[in-house]
Amino acid sequence: MAVPLAFFGVFFAYPVTAIVGRGLKTDAGWQLGRIGEVLAEPGIAGVLWFTVWQALASTVLTLLVALPAAYVFARLDFPGKQVLRAVVTIPFVLPTVVVGTAFLALVGRGGLTEELWGVRLDTTVWAILLAHVFFNYAVVVRTVGGLWAQLDPRQEEAARVLGAGRLAAWRQVTLPALAPAVAAAAVMVFLFTFTSFGVVQILGGPAYATLEVEVYRQTAQLLDLSTAAVLTLVQFAAVAGILAVHAWTVRRRERALRLVDPALTAHRPRGAGQRLLLGGVLLTVALLIVLPLGVLVERSFDTPGGHGTGYYEALAQAGSGGGTFLVPPLEAVGNSLEYALAATGIALLVGGLAAAALTRRAGPFVRGFDALLMLPLGVSAVTVGFGFLITLDEPPLDLRTSWILVPLAQALVGVPFVVRTMLPVLRAVDERLREAAAVLGASPLRAWREVDLPLVRRALLVAAGFAFAVSLGEFGATVFIARADRPTLPVAVARLLGRAGDLNYGQAMALSTVLMLVCAAALLVLERLRPDKTSGEF
Amino acid sequence: MSTTTRRLAATALATALGTAALSACGGGSGDGSAAEDSGKPAQKTVTLVSHDSFAVTDAVIKEFEQQSGYTVQVLKSGDAGTALNQEILTKGSPRGDVFFGVDNTLLSRALDNGIFTAYEAKGLDTVKPEFVLDAQHRVTPVDSGDICVNYDKAYFADKGIAPPQTLDDLAKPEYKDLLVVENAATSSPGLGFLLATVGKYGEEGWKDYWAKLKANGVEVVDGWEQAYNERFSGSAGGRKAKGDRPLVVSYASSPPVEVLYAEPQPAEAPTGVATGTCFRQTEFAGLLKGAKNEAGGKALIDFMIGKKFQEDMPLKMFVNPVVKDAQLPELFTKHGAVVEKPETVAPDTIAKNREQWVKTWTSLVVK
Repeated sequence: MAVPLAFFGVFFAYPVTAIVGRGLKTDAGWQLGRIGEVLAEPGIAGVLWFTVWQALASTVLTLLVALPAAYVFARLDFPGKQVLRAVVTIPFVLPTVVVGTAFLALVGRGGLTEELWGVRLDTTVWAILLAHVFFNYAVVVRTVGGLWAQLDPRQEEAARVLGAGRLAAWRQVTLPALAPAVAAAAVMVFLFTFTSFGVVQILGGPAYATLEVEVYRQTAQLLDLSTAAVLTLVQFAAVAGILAVHAWTVRRRERALRLVDPALTAHRPRGAGQRLLLGGVLLTVALLIVLPLGVLVERSFDTPGGHGTGYYEALAQAGSGGGTFLVPPLEAVGNSLEYALAATGIALLVGGLAAAALTRRAGPFVRGFDALLMLPLGVSAVTVGFGFLITLDEPPLDLRTSWILVPLAQALVGVPFVVRTMLPVLRAVDERLREAAAVLGASPLRAWREVDLPLVRRALLVAAGFAFAVSLGEFGATVFIARADRPTLPVAVARLLGRAGDLNYGQAMALSTVLMLVCAAALLVLERLRPDKTSGEF
Repeated sequence: MSTTTRRLAATALATALGTAALSACGGGSGDGSAAEDSGKPAQKTVTLVSHDSFAVTDAVIKEFEQQSGYTVQVLKSGDAGTALNQEILTKGSPRGDVFFGVDNTLLSRALDNGIFTAYEAKGLDTVKPEFVLDAQHRVTPVDSGDICVNYDKAYFADKGIAPPQTLDDLAKPEYKDLLVVENAATSSPGLGFLLATVGKYGEEGWKDYWAKLKANGVEVVDGWEQAYNERFSGSAGGRKAKGDRPLVVSYASSPPVEVLYAEPQPAEAPTGVATGTCFRQTEFAGLLKGAKNEAGGKALIDFMIGKKFQEDMPLKMFVNPVVKDAQLPELFTKHGAVVEKPETVAPDTIAKNREQWVKTWTSLVVK
């Protein structure tokens, strides 16, 4: 517990407190009056209202669209299922700077919706909502679908044998078992959309702003730290509230469920209804996810002289003369992989220890700690980044110009995923095994190695995969701290998009495609390593 | 937080971090970059902090390193505003020795916060005097560029109408629904264009002008990337994205960039510049207060206004040199626009009114 606590204390709580303190504390003491002042500003109420309702709407819409898919992925067998499950997860780990561009091609000017129905959704709230569905689809499919696949269908069958109708059996048996997972997924989606930044900036146009966008604007552009601090606190309070709900749903879910091997519950689609459902889900995935990603790939090959690999060749050559990158863009792939590996190492260490600590102990303090580990997902990257700047500035912690800062920041986002994935599995380990090992004279470390490790090895790999993928796509914090000579993939893409010219734009698309492939490869490996019986929430 | 508490916190963490770093290196990802950080004595490295658009040819930097004996390290962090704000936050304990990238729209914020040490660069006499905006030499002008409306040549040729030339033109009916601009609150070209209208129509008159632009169908998007790569029909990205706006706020140097980064390079740039719509931006470098390597920082600033660096900038950062005798590359003279009378607003006036102007603009145009 000491290591995760120290990690979060120094790399999260301390920087964030310091930057909020800088905004609210003057020589005359704390300026708590600013809270009332800022909240009373006319624009702020609008921002708050928009933040809340778009998150609610996004969450409902995501559930509506993704729940049928959760069922299909859980209970139906069809060719290409594994690949498709990896594909729907790609948006979740791609940087918004890339996806926003692709998504515009679907609902923006000249996009599919305009061609078919003359409807253009860019700069409307619909574009934001649809993009949120696009990004969070996988959260529902994986969280709900993961559990659904492990629910024993025989329980529902038993209810029917006892005379319950089909609907009644589902409502009384499956739904209650599923409800906590649905609630947890909803909370996650709400959290991600509540703190939405890139999607709202790129697709919403300047008329829409969430709290997160406003914090960024006040901090990075206006340097109005006191307003930013108040908004950070408001967001903090909201996120803490969401996490409290989350902790509650998690606890409720921890009642015993009879879980079975997912391979036994899935079957080939039977009957017209199931085939129709499968078709509908496949069509949704094709339109909503594959199509925007496809546009990205298509543009990366769309050179002036017809379709070809020109941009990819340019990527391999560019930078030999120095300039924007100081390294060839393809070296950014190497940088990204190295950073992501380091971040994964840190996230596994910190998250693994935290999960282990959470398994052994119980009580309100531990539950609070559980929620605390999720907080970095809800705090603005600019707050953390600026906090790093003003706190990690003295030896032995003058890390501001060190390469380690990037993986540290990425690990902050990775740890919650590690904890969420490992915790259910670790909790399922029979305590008596550990006790037996202890009785036989094993040290705690040895007991962990001999008992826990073999059981959680696969969950550990899944967690590693997620931490890795999330680190790979992390942009917000990285952009502030990446060293010029070692840009990551998303940073390199953003730099290319920041310049005029065909080659720059084409290379940005090509590099995005490379990022997508790296993500997809990581996720496919992950699919192969999926534990048979119990898997985490993701 | 006091230094003692800070030390305590730091020591408490040392163990944790040590383990983390070890595991990271064990993963094969340490890759010698740590050695790069500590391998050389600090005073031999000179660190330049800048924004994401900073770029220089390797050979030019190498030449400086050979001449001076220093190794150059570059830190880039976000856009111009973000990078400057980070320097203000780390005032007194800067991450580097020289900061490059504060422009005349943000100059007063930098000077008022006192992040720079005055230094009169060697060779400052070669810089055109109109760019030297700080008499105390806390900052040294390095480059200048113009934010201007760009137009899609093909569009106006097809329609048989002349492209607009001036700000007045943009409000005329024949250019209705054609212009896309950036949000002045979040984008530096967006702010530059707002300031161009302030420069032209005065501190009150600009509001009427924007009311006319709004009535004429001006569209606002958040950043340059969206405006230029998505909406503008004349850019390479915009053509692919089926951009439908033939007028966009960009830079006077954008047409040469469209030529440079095309394969094969066209004989003529696909876009042109409305030279009567421009705001002149000047970028400065300054020696950071508390710099660990002051001598190196001074040498670097001297080098930045030297001919070699000045003549390298146009094709790397797409800006104009500020020294008298620097030659522009042919690409610039052939495809770039010469802006005779750019609009300007004094840095003090900008500093005093920026927030209010942007707020008023937002309520006038965006909401």
